[in-house]
Amino acid sequence: MNRIDLADVAGAGEYAANRREGEIARDAAPPIVSIRNLAKTYASGLEALKPINLDIRKGEIFALLGPNGAGKTTLINIVCGIVTPSGGKITAGGHDIKREYRAARMMIGLVPQELTTDRFESVWTTVSFSRGLFGRPPSPSYMERVLRDLSLWDKRHDQIQSLSGGMKRRVMIAKALSHEPTILFLDEPTAGVDVELRRDMWALVRRLRDGGVTIILTTHYIDEAEEMADRIGVINKGELILVEEKTLLMKKLGHKRLTLVLQEPMSAVPGELAEWHLTLKAGGNELEYNFDINAEHTGVPSLLGRLRDLGIGFKDLATTQSSLEDIFVSLVSERGGNSR
Amino acid sequence: MSVPAFNAYGVWAIYSFEMARALRTIWQSLVTPVITTSLYFIVFGAAIGSRMSQVGGVSYGAFIVPGLILLSLFTQSIFNGSFGIYLPRFVGTIYELLSAPVSPLEIVLAYVGAAATKSIVLGLVILGTASLFVSIHVVHPFWMIAFLVLTSVTFSLFGFILGIWSKNFEQLQIIPMLVVTPLTFLGGAFYSIDMLPPTWRAVAYADPVVYLISGFRWSFYGTADVRVAISLGATLAFFFACLVIVSWIFRTGYRLKS
Repeated sequence: MNRIDLADVAGAGEYAANRREGEIARDAAPPIVSIRNLAKTYASGLEALKPINLDIRKGEIFALLGPNGAGKTTLINIVCGIVTPSGGKITAGGHDIKREYRAARMMIGLVPQELTTDRFESVWTTVSFSRGLFGRPPSPSYMERVLRDLSLWDKRHDQIQSLSGGMKRRVMIAKALSHEPTILFLDEPTAGVDVELRRDMWALVRRLRDGGVTIILTTHYIDEAEEMADRIGVINKGELILVEEKTLLMKKLGHKRLTLVLQEPMSAVPGELAEWHLTLKAGGNELEYNFDINAEHTGVPSLLGRLRDLGIGFKDLATTQSSLEDIFVSLVSERGGNSR
Repeated sequence: MSVPAFNAYGVWAIYSFEMARALRTIWQSLVTPVITTSLYFIVFGAAIGSRMSQVGGVSYGAFIVPGLILLSLFTQSIFNGSFGIYLPRFVGTIYELLSAPVSPLEIVLAYVGAAATKSIVLGLVILGTASLFVSIHVVHPFWMIAFLVLTSVTFSLFGFILGIWSKNFEQLQIIPMLVVTPLTFLGGAFYSIDMLPPTWRAVAYADPVVYLISGFRWSFYGTADVRVAISLGATLAFFFACLVIVSWIFRTGYRLKS
């Protein structure tokens, strides 16, 4: 596929012009999470995060996308207080996460990637523990709401070790929601989760967002980001290479592909068709043309006209749009990065 | 949303969680030490003690009570203190503690408080068990309780440090088994230091546990191997040394944060 011009992605002028008014208003509000020059180098010398700047808007679903080892979990763990940053400044709800850690942390809920639970505890005990730990007085009615919402109410007296993997993940979410956080971090929420639970999880995340919770999730499933996110950040090798509205990203970086199934196979693309940069596929039986959806002239009508003039017949044609996955792969490979 | 200056709910959550775990394992927590203590009495008190004369005006059976209590107190405080914090590290649930709005002081207060509570209860249970075998009269009850509490807290704190330092279960047990128990035996749990030959007596005085046992025994019988003020000073010194290490751990995130 065609290479993507990153300069275009970062083009601020066009970006601003394309935004809806509501989004501009949202931008004017202070970010719920602000990350400035955040860097992390582990004691081993591994540079997990190069200086990162990122603002999370209140009430959005932000997906942090990247291959394994890109630095997604490190970023989340620093914001949540589990990993010490090497440098930079972070605020959550305007509170510095270091100096005003109590206020900042009371706002934040974290669902880590690993299923780590107190296996001998009951669901109710472990979720109550989390609520207390985060400084909240007991509230049986709120707890009931959370457990019912996660289909855990009937299992509240069960020992965690007796639950299925999917149920355990729900328990982790219930723990994270137990203290009524307004910012929720979900680290790979659907890793190793079956399709049904995945759909449930997505529905839950939307409900939470509708309830005013800001959600930051990491994923390496591109369809998840495509399905859920309002904005997408792509991180690779510790570097935040792109932050963009999802729809805008898909539009800006999306390419379409026209495939023509020829009546007669050909051995080479005729010189008269050079300007379209066509490629010959399927043993000379198909012609492929990649074009930019947003271009003023896609080149499709003129190509079809030229084919008619040359007497090249085709029996079928199809167009496909590049997915976020194509965009992602292109972005990551463009930066010379393969998954670590 | 109000942000409390002290996260009392958080401290209580950890404390009650730890206490609930002890109640679930009540057999290990209390019954095992009681059975062990009873066996000590049968062996040292009845079988050997009946052939021994009094020590410092106290029957041998009664003489060993403070040492026996401390022996259990040391090992159980260290075990409870270390296990409470090691378990979440081992299982991975430590993430929640690290991301919670609790200060290091609150974390230590909750974990060490719970471990010390268990030890104090255990010490009193052993005392009760011992009183079934021998008649015990506590000369300085206030100081007895004070030493019991201070020793429990100090060794629970020491255990907490071990729980953070340990990388595996073997390391968790190595200090109690290789250092604390031998020092307790050498430290006069079952005899007066005066009963040792001069060379061993000199060695024993280098053992910090001597000062702890001596002070505790003084609170029972009014006699001691070393001056009570020195005993109290040694216990407090150990306590403050542990505090300094704990505060360093939280300042640097040693083995807690990467």
